[in-house]
Amino acid sequence: MTLGLINANPIVHAKKERVARTEDPHGDDAVDPLEIYDFVRDIRDPEHPYSLEQLSVLSEESITVDEKLGRILITFTPTIQHCSMATVIGLCLRVKLQHCFPPHYKVDIKVSPGSHANEESVNKQLNDKERVAAALENPNLRQLVDECLYSNEL
Amino acid sequence: MAESSRLGQSIDSFVDSSCSLTQQAASLDTITSLVKNGVLSVEGLVREMEMYLTTTDNIIRARGILLLGEVLACLVSKPLENATIHSLIGFFTDRLADWKCLRGALVGCLALMRRKLDAGMVTDTDAKAVAHSFLQNLQVQSLGQHDRKLCFELLECLLECYPDSVAPLGDELVYGICEAVDSEKDPQCLLLTFRIIEVLARLFPDQSGPLASFAGDLFEILGCYFPIHFTHPKAEDLGIKRDDLSEALMLAFSSTPFFEPFAIPLLLEKLSSSLPFAKVDSLKYLSSCTLKYGAERMLKHAGAIWLAIKDAIYNSIQEPALSFTSESLVGLGFQENEIAKEALTLLQRVIVQSDSLYLSLIVKDEDINMILNTITSYESYNDIYSQGRLKLHVVGRFLSISARSSIASCNRVFESFFPRLMEILGLPVKNLSADHSPIVSSLISKRLNFGALYLCIELLASYRDLTAGSKEIASKSISASETCYGMLQSYSNLLTEAFCSTLVTSPQDADIYFGVKGLQILATFPGYVSPMLISEFESILITLMSIITLHFKKTLLWKLSLKALVNIGSFIDEYHESEKVSSYMGVVVEKSISLVSLDDFTMPFPLKLEAISGIGASGLNYMLKIVRGLEEAIYTNLSEFYAHENMKSPEITIRLLECYSNKVLPWIHENGSFDEVLLRFPVNVWSQIESHVDFSIQVQEMELLDATMTAMRHAVAFCSVESQNKIIQKAYSILSSSTFFPLKEFTSLTIQFQLGGLQLARKIDNLSYRDEWILSLFASVVIAARPQTPIPNLKEILQLFMTTLLKGSVPAAQALGSIVNKLGKESNELKISSDCTLEEALETIFRTKLWSSHDNGALMKCSGTNNGSEMSFADSCLGVVNNNLPQIHAITGLSWIGKGLLLRGHEKLKDVTMIFLEFLLKNNKADAFPLKQNSLESSSERDLHPSVIKSAADAFHILMSDSEVCLNRKFHAVIRPLYKQRFFSTMMPILQPLIMKNDSSLSRSMLCRAFAHIISDTPLTPILSEAKKLIPIILDCLSMLNKDIQDKDILYSLLLVLSGILTDKNGQEAVIENVHHVINNLTKLIAYPHMMLVRETAIQCLVAMSELPHARIYPMRIQVLRAISNALNDPKRAIRQEAVRCRQAWASIASRSLHF
Repeated sequence: MTLGLINANPIVHAKKERVARTEDPHGDDAVDPLEIYDFVRDIRDPEHPYSLEQLSVLSEESITVDEKLGRILITFTPTIQHCSMATVIGLCLRVKLQHCFPPHYKVDIKVSPGSHANEESVNKQLNDKERVAAALENPNLRQLVDECLYSNEL
Repeated sequence: MAESSRLGQSIDSFVDSSCSLTQQAASLDTITSLVKNGVLSVEGLVREMEMYLTTTDNIIRARGILLLGEVLACLVSKPLENATIHSLIGFFTDRLADWKCLRGALVGCLALMRRKLDAGMVTDTDAKAVAHSFLQNLQVQSLGQHDRKLCFELLECLLECYPDSVAPLGDELVYGICEAVDSEKDPQCLLLTFRIIEVLARLFPDQSGPLASFAGDLFEILGCYFPIHFTHPKAEDLGIKRDDLSEALMLAFSSTPFFEPFAIPLLLEKLSSSLPFAKVDSLKYLSSCTLKYGAERMLKHAGAIWLAIKDAIYNSIQEPALSFTSESLVGLGFQENEIAKEALTLLQRVIVQSDSLYLSLIVKDEDINMILNTITSYESYNDIYSQGRLKLHVVGRFLSISARSSIASCNRVFESFFPRLMEILGLPVKNLSADHSPIVSSLISKRLNFGALYLCIELLASYRDLTAGSKEIASKSISASETCYGMLQSYSNLLTEAFCSTLVTSPQDADIYFGVKGLQILATFPGYVSPMLISEFESILITLMSIITLHFKKTLLWKLSLKALVNIGSFIDEYHESEKVSSYMGVVVEKSISLVSLDDFTMPFPLKLEAISGIGASGLNYMLKIVRGLEEAIYTNLSEFYAHENMKSPEITIRLLECYSNKVLPWIHENGSFDEVLLRFPVNVWSQIESHVDFSIQVQEMELLDATMTAMRHAVAFCSVESQNKIIQKAYSILSSSTFFPLKEFTSLTIQFQLGGLQLARKIDNLSYRDEWILSLFASVVIAARPQTPIPNLKEILQLFMTTLLKGSVPAAQALGSIVNKLGKESNELKISSDCTLEEALETIFRTKLWSSHDNGALMKCSGTNNGSEMSFADSCLGVVNNNLPQIHAITGLSWIGKGLLLRGHEKLKDVTMIFLEFLLKNNKADAFPLKQNSLESSSERDLHPSVIKSAADAFHILMSDSEVCLNRKFHAVIRPLYKQRFFSTMMPILQPLIMKNDSSLSRSMLCRAFAHIISDTPLTPILSEAKKLIPIILDCLSMLNKDIQDKDILYSLLLVLSGILTDKNGQEAVIENVHHVINNLTKLIAYPHMMLVRETAIQCLVAMSELPHARIYPMRIQVLRAISNALNDPKRAIRQEAVRCRQAWASIASRSLHF
C-alpha cells in the first residue's frame, strides 16, 4: 500500500465555458449528452480539490445517451493507469445519475479502453448491482462519495 | 468649592490607572467642560495639577501630563493667551525628553501645534524649539505603534504649518526624518510617512538644498516599499486599503525631481515583474513622475520608457472575444486590461510632454516598421494570424494615441505613415491636372489591403477626433495649411471611392466593418476643417443610401450602414452645418421617405421602417420631415382602403401605423412638444373619414382598425388640452353627422328615452363599417383625452357608448370607463364646459340598466330606487336575451366602468362590485339549467348561463389588471395611490365568508375565480399580512383551477402569489400551519400538463418549502420525493433540472441518502 497520494501531481485543465442553452419553448428537450455532462462535470475528484472536468476525466464526447431505450453510457478516463480511485469515481457517477434521472434509465459506466491497468475488473465492479449496493452500505465509502458529490471546495 | 472638589475627583480618577476607561473618559469630559465654560482657566488647571505634573512617580506623572495634553486637545478652538501657550508649549517641549511620559508630551505638543491663528497659535520660535527637541530626543522607531503615529503626526504638522520655522534646521531635519521613517511597517504610520516625505520635498525645492544631497538616502528608504504589497486580511479594520497606500507612495515618489535618478530605473525594472499589480503600479507611477519630474529630466529615459510601454502592451492584451458580426464592436475587438490601459495613458502623457522625441522614437521604431512591411503580405483579415492581428491592433493604438495628442504630432504621424499606407492600399497621390478616373476604376477591381485599411482608419479617426474634440482649438490652430489637412484633402476623393468599392465588392465582415467606419469618419469632419468637398460628402451619403435600398440582404452591411447614416446625421445636426444638412435632407431623408411611399416590394417593409425611424431619430429636423412623409403614406394607404380601390392586404398600412405610434410619436414627444405635429395626424384622419362618405372597408380588416385606433390614441394622448379639444370637436362633428346618430330624442330619463334607446339599439345592429370606424375612433379619442379636455354633449355620448357596448364594442366600454374616471375631477373648469357632472353621468349610466335586464334586484340596489318597480322598465334588452351575449357584453362594459371608478377611488364602485357578486351567487337558488326565455317572465326567477357567471368573475380581472389600452398613466387616467390594496382589503372580508359557506359547486368555483383574479394582481405586501387567512382559499382555488386548460394563465399567476408568500419570512410562518395542504396541492401541480411554467414554479415552491422547520416538513418528505421523481422524467429540460435541485433539497433534510 502506497502512502500519500496516488497521483500527486495531476494535470489540471481549464474549465470549459458553460454555454447557456437558448431559450426555445417549443424546442426538443430530449436528454442529450450535454445535459448529463452538466450534471456530472462538477463532481469533485476524490483526491484533489478539482472537478472531474478540470482533470479531464470526463468530457461531453465520452457520454452517449439513447433516450428511446433509456440507456446512458459514460466512459471516463482515470488520470493514471493504476488509479485505485477509478472505482470511487465510477461510484460517484452512478450515485449522481441515480439522483438525476428516473429509475428506468439503465446506466453503464466504464473506464475508457486502455486507460486502466485492471480495466476489466473495474468495469465489472462498476456495473455490478450487488457490489454497488454493498459499496454504498459501507459508511466510509458512502461518506467519501457524498463528499465528492456535494463538496463546495471547487 | 464644589467645583474644585469635582475637579480634584476627576483628576484623581483619570490619573488612577486602576479606573476603567469609561470612567477616565467621563472625568476627561468633566474637566474639559469646566475649562470650556470658563469656570476654570487653563492656568488654574495647571496649578491644580501641579503635583501630578511634577511628581517623581513615573506612572502618575505620565497620566497627569497625558490628562493635560488631552484636555488641550479638546480645547483647540478655545482662545488662549499667547503667554499661556508659550509656557505650555515650553513645558511639553521639555517633556519630550522625558521618555517615560512621552505620550502625554506628544499629545500636548500636537494639540498646541494644531491650533489655528484665531484661537492663538504657537510662535515660530516655539515651533522651532519643538522641532529641535523632537530631533534631539526622540528615537521614533524604538516607540510603540501609537506613539510612532503621534510622532509622525507631529512631524507632519510641523512641516505643514510651520515650514518657515523648521526650514532653517536643514540637513538636521532631513536626516532626522530619514532616521524616523526608516523601516516603518505599520500601514497607518506609513501613510503619514509618505505624506511627510511629500511635504518635505515641497519644503526644499532647491538644487543646493539639503534634500538634494539626501535624496539618495531618502529614496533608499522609500523605494523598498514599492510595489506596495499589502496583505492585511481585513482592510476594514484600519480603514486603509492597498490603493490608499499606493496612492500616497506615488505622491511621495513624484514629490521631487531629485528622486528621478533613483525612481525611474526602479520603476522600469519593476515593470518586468511577474505580478500584475506591480506592473500597473509601475506604469501609474511613471505617468505621475513624468509630469512632476519635467521633460528635461525624463529625456534620458525616453528610450527605455518607450520600450517598456511596448512591452507591457504586447504582453497584456487579450485575445479578441468578439467577432465582427456583433454590433457593439469597436476596433479589432481586442480587450485591453488594466496594464494596457495604464501603459497607453503613460504613452499619452509622455507624448504630450515631449512629442518630438517620442514621435521620432515611434517613427523609427523597428517593430512598427516591420509590421508596416509585413502587412503588405496580408490581403484580408482572415489571412492574418492572431499574433499579427494583435500587433496590428497595438500599432493602431500607438498611432492613434500619438496623433490624438496634438496637432503637431498629428502632422508628424501623418507625414511619416500616411503616404506609406496609401501606397500599400494602392492609392496614388492625386495629380490635380491629370484625370484620375482610370486609376479609380482599376482600384475598384482590386481588394484593399486589410492591415493598411485598418491603420489608415485609425489615423483618420484620431485626426477627426482631434478636430471635432474642441471647437475653439480647432478653429484657431487647425487650418488648411496643416500637413495632415493637405494630405487628406489630396487623398479624400480616392479614399472615398476605395471605401465605397470595398463595401460593395468585399464579402468579408472585417472589410465591411472598416469600410463603413471609414466612410463615416470621412463624413463627420467638422465643416470648417473638413478636407472633404461637399460633393464627396454627398457621394458618401449616396453610397450608404444605396446600400440601404439595395443590399438589404447583407444584414451586417445594412445595419452598419444605417448606423453610420444615423451617426452622420446627428453629427452634422449637432455642428449646425447647414450645407451638409441640406444635402443630407436631399439624399438621405427624402430618399427614405420615398421608400415608404413607393409601391416597391423588393425591399422588405420592416427594414424600410427601421431605416426611416432610425434616420429620423438622428435629428429633429429630419424627424419632422419624416413624420410628414410617413403621415402622407398613411393617408394615401388609408384613403385607398376607404375608397375600396386597394386590393392588397392591409399589412403595410398596419406596419406604417405601428411604426408611427411606437417609434415616431414617443420620439417627438421626448424631444420637445410639437403640438401642431401631433395634432395634424388625428385631424387629418378625421377629415379623410369625413370626405369618404362611401366607405367600403371589409370586416376582415379589423386589424387595420385596431392599428389606426392605437395610433390615434397615442397621438391624442401626447397632445395638449387645446389640441385635444380641437380633435374632439372635429370628431364629434363627424360623429353627429353620421347616419346612426339621431340623438335628439334622448333628453330625459323617461320611458320615452327607453324607447329611444331601443331604437338606437336597433340602429346600431346594422351599423355600417364606416359608422363602426367612426365610433371606434371616437372612443379612442375619448380614451386618450386629458381630464381637463371637455367632451361635448356628454349625455348623448354616454347613451351612445352604452348602447354600442351592448353590441360588444369594447372600445366603447373603455371609453365609458375613461369618462367616469376623468370626469369632474377639476370641477371648476368642467362645470362650464361640460353639460354633465360626474353624478349625473353615473346616474345616467346606472339608470339605463342596459346590462342588468335579468338582474333587476341588483340593479335596483345600485341605482338607489326601490326594487318594487322593476316591471315598469320595459328593459330595452329584454328583446335580445335569447342568447347570452348581450349579458356578457354588459358585464364587460360594466367592469370597464368599474375600473374607471376603482382607479379614482369612487364609492359607486361598491355598487358595481355588488352587481358582479349577485351574478356570482345567482345559481345558489336553483340548479336547473337556463331554458326559459320568456321575456315577460320575471327575470329574477331565471337562471343564468354559466358563461355569464364566468364573465362576471372575469370582470374582476379587468378591474384589477393593468391595461395597455386605456386607463393608465399614459392616457392620463386619474389614479389614486394604493387603489389595488384598498380594493383588496375591501373585497377580501366579503369574498372569504362567501367562499367558505357556499356549497353550490358552480358559484363556489366562480367565487374562487374572482378571488384568484383579485389576489393575483394585488401587491404582495397586503397579501402577506393576511396570509394566514388567505392560504386555505388560495389552495382551494389552485385545486379548482387545475382542471381546465383555459385557466392556465390565472392558475400560473395565482401560483406566483403562493411562491411569493413562500419566499417571505412572515409568509412562511403562515404556510407552516397548512404545510400538508400546500404540499398536496404543489405535488399535484408538478404534473400539470398544460403549462411548463406552472410545473417549474410548483417545483420551485417545493424547494422553498424545504427551508421550513424540519419537524413540520419531515412527514411529507416521502410524498414529495415520490412526486419529484416523476418530474425527473419531464419532457422539458428546465423542469428536470429544477427537479434535481428540489430532490437534493428534500433528500438532504433527513440524510444524504436517497433511500426511502
